[in-house]
Amino acid sequence: MRLELRQVTKKFGDFVANDAIDLIVEPGQIHALLGENGAGKSTLMNVLYGLYAADDGQILIDGAEVTFSGPGDAMAAGIGMVHQHFMLIPVFTVAENVVLGAEPIGPFGMISIRRARALVTEISARFGFDVDPDAPVEDLPVGVQQRVEIIKALSRSAKVLILDEPTAVLTPQETDELMDIMRQLRASGTSIVFITHKLREVQEVADTITVIRHGKVVGSASPQTSQADLASMMVGRQVDLTVEKTASTPGPVVVEVAGLTLVGPDGRLLLDDICFSVSAGEILAVAGVQGNGQTELAETLIGLRRPTSGSILLHHSDAAGRPVTEDLAGKSVSAILEASVGFIPEDRGKDGMIAGFSIAENLVLDQVASKPFSRRGTLDVAAIAANAADKVTQYDVRAASPSSTVATLSGGNQQKVVVARELSRDLALLIACQPTRGLDIGSIEFIHSRILNQRAAGTAVVLVSTELSEVTALADRIAVMYRGHLVGIAPHDTARHVLGLMMAGVPYDEAMSPDQSGEPGDPGQGGPQ
Amino acid sequence: MSTTLTQLRAEDLHHEVLRPRSWKLPIALTVFTLVSLAGFCFTTPAGATSRVAIATGNSWLGTLIWSLPSQSALVVLTVIMAALAGAGWWASLRRVTRVGIVKIGSWTSVVFGICFVSAFLVWAVAGRGSVLQFTSLLSGALFLSVPLVFGAMAGTVCEHVGVINVSIEGQLLAGAFMAAVVGSLSRNPWIGLLTAPLAGAVIGALLALFAVRYWVDHIIVGVVLNVLVTGLTSYLFSTVLTHNTAVFSSTVRLPTWKIPLLSQIPVIGPVLFVQNVLVYVMYVVVILLQVLLFRSRWGLRLRACGEHPRAADTLGVKVNRTRVLNTILGGAIAGLGGAYFTIAHGLAFGKQMTAGRGYIALAAMILGGWKPKGALVAALLFGFADNLQNALGVVGVQVPSQFMLMAPYLVTIFAVAGLVGKVRAPAMEGKPYKG
Amino acid sequence: MSASATPGPQLQACQEPQPQPSRWREALKQAASSSWLTSVLAVVIALVIGAILIAAADVRVQQAAGYLFARPQDFFGAAWNTVSGAYSSLFQGAVVNLTSAHSFADVVAPATKTIAYSVPLIFAGLALGIGFRAGLFNIGAQGQIILGATLCGYIGFSWHLPAGVHLVVALLGAFVGGAAWGFIPGILKAKTGANEVIVTIMLNSVAVFFLGWLLTLRSFQIPGLSRPISPRMDTTAGYPHFFNTSIDLGFLLAIVAAVVVWWLMERTTLGFRIRAVGENPHAARTAGMNVSMSYVWVMVISGGLAGLAATSQLLSAPSQQLNVDIASTFGFDAITVALLGRSKPLGTVLAGLLFGGLRAGGYLMQSATGTPIDIILVLQSVIVLLIAAPPLVRSIFRLPDDDRRRRSRSAAHARSLRHEAAT
Repeated sequence: MRLELRQVTKKFGDFVANDAIDLIVEPGQIHALLGENGAGKSTLMNVLYGLYAADDGQILIDGAEVTFSGPGDAMAAGIGMVHQHFMLIPVFTVAENVVLGAEPIGPFGMISIRRARALVTEISARFGFDVDPDAPVEDLPVGVQQRVEIIKALSRSAKVLILDEPTAVLTPQETDELMDIMRQLRASGTSIVFITHKLREVQEVADTITVIRHGKVVGSASPQTSQADLASMMVGRQVDLTVEKTASTPGPVVVEVAGLTLVGPDGRLLLDDICFSVSAGEILAVAGVQGNGQTELAETLIGLRRPTSGSILLHHSDAAGRPVTEDLAGKSVSAILEASVGFIPEDRGKDGMIAGFSIAENLVLDQVASKPFSRRGTLDVAAIAANAADKVTQYDVRAASPSSTVATLSGGNQQKVVVARELSRDLALLIACQPTRGLDIGSIEFIHSRILNQRAAGTAVVLVSTELSEVTALADRIAVMYRGHLVGIAPHDTARHVLGLMMAGVPYDEAMSPDQSGEPGDPGQGGPQ
Repeated sequence: MSTTLTQLRAEDLHHEVLRPRSWKLPIALTVFTLVSLAGFCFTTPAGATSRVAIATGNSWLGTLIWSLPSQSALVVLTVIMAALAGAGWWASLRRVTRVGIVKIGSWTSVVFGICFVSAFLVWAVAGRGSVLQFTSLLSGALFLSVPLVFGAMAGTVCEHVGVINVSIEGQLLAGAFMAAVVGSLSRNPWIGLLTAPLAGAVIGALLALFAVRYWVDHIIVGVVLNVLVTGLTSYLFSTVLTHNTAVFSSTVRLPTWKIPLLSQIPVIGPVLFVQNVLVYVMYVVVILLQVLLFRSRWGLRLRACGEHPRAADTLGVKVNRTRVLNTILGGAIAGLGGAYFTIAHGLAFGKQMTAGRGYIALAAMILGGWKPKGALVAALLFGFADNLQNALGVVGVQVPSQFMLMAPYLVTIFAVAGLVGKVRAPAMEGKPYKG
Repeated sequence: MSASATPGPQLQACQEPQPQPSRWREALKQAASSSWLTSVLAVVIALVIGAILIAAADVRVQQAAGYLFARPQDFFGAAWNTVSGAYSSLFQGAVVNLTSAHSFADVVAPATKTIAYSVPLIFAGLALGIGFRAGLFNIGAQGQIILGATLCGYIGFSWHLPAGVHLVVALLGAFVGGAAWGFIPGILKAKTGANEVIVTIMLNSVAVFFLGWLLTLRSFQIPGLSRPISPRMDTTAGYPHFFNTSIDLGFLLAIVAAVVVWWLMERTTLGFRIRAVGENPHAARTAGMNVSMSYVWVMVISGGLAGLAATSQLLSAPSQQLNVDIASTFGFDAITVALLGRSKPLGTVLAGLLFGGLRAGGYLMQSATGTPIDIILVLQSVIVLLIAAPPLVRSIFRLPDDDRRRRSRSAAHARSLRHEAAT
């Protein structure tokens, strides 16, 4: 099946998400769609999948124009899509999820679960997946869930499969497995549209590359194109793939975590005996695939979760400047914030800011109860406004006015508000979770420089990130987590595949041993982010 | 390398899960066991008997009167309760779900509840001259639970599709009004029964219009619709209905049927199968919903819209259309239940005659864990509590009726506070789908 | 909390200046999409629906409808007479008395009645508004009023204190009673996450039965009579009235309460916290705020204010008695008041006056023209439904559908951005 998009345009109000995009996907080809966050890749694919109606342009299949009024039409035309956020119903079983929308009907008009099961087993067998058709999807690991999504698309005999950022939730090794599956699909005649912003993956698997920037196609490239060239096509200017960073000069130890264990409300062991320490002026990156306990670790450090056991000793100085040591374990969030700890949450929209509040209010969110912003429970409106005016210029927040709500800001500016708030105090410890997720390169560079400034100023930094390239760019040491365990702490120049093995639970020493190393290390070459 | 990895992950798949300990259930069971011991066992004089009348359903045997030695019966029941409470403690302590052959879960609570209520009844009639009419207590409870069951089914359908239906009260009231007026106009209760769902469906459609189309908060729409229906029916009652009573407010009644053979089954026959027609309709509705909701294409798609509407959308399910249609269906089910208040009793319409039953139905649905059969059990429980005070009044027991009437509401508060059992609502209920 | 209380989130990454149409058109467009216009139009639609109901239920109109095509003027004449009669008595009962007034006091008497009726609605509306802004849907004002009335009433008829002191103690009782009943859903939400909507609905019924039971006790009954009605309140606990009208200290207190609520929400750290929790509890918690305690505080304050609503039933007129129907339907009416007032103090006061007026006028309408006061419920609910769905009002009047477009556009946009953002 040959798929062609001609002059496809999609607008949201005055914002042009896709501007006259041309794209041709040849049969049996892996076509990579490369672009920065917000470039318009997912919007384009949602148009192709019938979720959004295009404002202009045509979609042609084998030369004939088609119109999709909904995903049903797209599926009927042989287009399947694996969304970045899986479109699986957690409480349904694998088989139910696969047949939803195209249910086999058995006796009395009931769904034939037997036939649904057979369908899942048959497709799993074809690709060597090990998926239990009767398992509720919510109990499956993300890697398996992704396979369920692929089975779902194939069960509707998809000829073109769209994979939207499929590797974001996978370990490097799982990513390799997925690439094998992609090649297998290509061999069986399915074409694949592979959406990503990771240059290495594109080079490895794609047949053709189309680069999108600001909603426009900026060009095509072959997999042989160098990463630096791809990156500059993507961003529109020369980008340094490495962050300028001075050698680390760690000072005294600021935080010592010992035996930190956390049992979740459902009895699951979320953190298992975590031990590490971070010194002043040092960045400890916590790496791992999403969902292996990094978020829980950060939330425990800041007091959002109460650890089941263990201690978090913080050495800092009190109001009078005397050195004190406090055990933060079990303390409230406000007490921990007061002990000069800063926190940049992972999901800024959910945890970092209040969308309906003004920029000024968001800038004092966690300090409103203290001077100078309030006195004896009464707000000092003038002090809050003055603070906002100051921070907005200092952090270059682009906004109509400090009294406009943060909801009106772009993602990068929203994150600047969060960062401005958290870095405006003297910090002993900064916990930054996915600080650049979903941002454009400019904002990423800005925030990286602010974090490095903190390091230079002697703050101990715990950086939680699932972007290996961010980890290797900023970290002084890299702690890798897997299923709630701390697998090990590796030096910042550890080879990529070694980190990958650690992210799959292989201890550092074992991962470094020769029989595990299949490829030469290439630290820091993962991409611009 | 890829094989090593797969093995590695497979080994780790079942990584340790410590079941959380919850002390709520054993504590609650223990408290009730102690109440039974101190309140019932110790206060009943030795030698007293409790007399219970049970209809056999058999015309020769008629009604059996069973004299129980009160104290022995209470001791037996209390021992069972103590055993269940003990099992609860053991299960929590050992983080297990099974003690011997007893599975600790919602059925433990149900069995415990039956024992506790039985003990209460035995105690209440101990040493009194009058007889507890057990069969009529149960069949009356079943009948009283009819609007609650229909309302809870309506709520279940709506919530599974993602719409919170607080307007059950209004739908019941509209159904009651329609059934009475149409029944009176046509002098035929069956036509009244057929039109009652239409009135409920109209309210369901309004709920869908505002909640699905205009994204108004579902609870707000529900509450306000209840006010609207109350106002509208009361207004029409005070004007049209009272101006011309003969035409609009003459009474018709749905018949009571005695099902051949089934009604002959001892004990349960007279309870389940000598009932008003509406009760049989209720059986059909509950069974259909329980099966269809979880086994049919309709049910699968409906629940998909309530759990993850976007996923349903990507599979070609028209989310908002599904939501609208099923909200209307839910309204129709509640409207059908509204017929209970008028034509099932052979009564004319009266102002605000549903008297908050719609809210209890909502509670029954939650207590029943968003499942038709669970909601049925909860609604029966509430119907039982309602009828118990009637029955005890007849026997002459002095328990303040207000406390009996309060019971369903208190049970529901305990339930939502997680003291009775864990319930899980559809994930995206009440969230508009703006696709 | 709701689409009506706060505008939906508008995530707009790029705010490029739009081409500017003429200033006059812009102003018109703004007026058309403003919430004030929506509110006014909602009232208009409600009155039209009410008019249809009034006409349809009238016997003369029905008769005239029988020969509608023969003599349509009869039908329209009858309908006009009925509707205008009902609405003019509604107006006269709520605002000014123009027909049978003998003095200035008579002329403004209806307005003072309206003010008197609005007092419980304002108190309870403020109560619910605080809850809404904290993201708590307190449907329990009914129960909180009952408990407030119970304590206030008990103090009023069984304690005998000097004038003034008695009033203050009774007011405190009303506040404490309501606050205690509000504390229950608050603490359950904080400790177990129990849904406050369900708990407050249930507590409303529990409150009715609880008061019903209390009224069976000797100490709550008139000595010698075993009827579920309490002894009369002492006059020492009554509100002083202004200028011999229906307006009493209660109204002044309601206005003071509105100002205090404004100050609390906008100018204190507690209010900041409450608003933050209401807008986004996750972010509030991450910022070190104690979300659970905020819920408890909000429910206690909210319950207390609702409890004060009971005072207008017990303290306004002399010698009131406590009975099961003491809360009337104020608790549910207050939901509509808070929604109409968009949970803001000023809006709540105005909405309370509007619905108070409907009530006052409704009684006159019922006695003068025989139109049952139940129609007021229809008007109220239609107004609130329409205000919650501005796009519907706009489509009825074919006004520029600005808000809706912007809303869905930004929603879709936000979704796509979020989608991209996560990549």
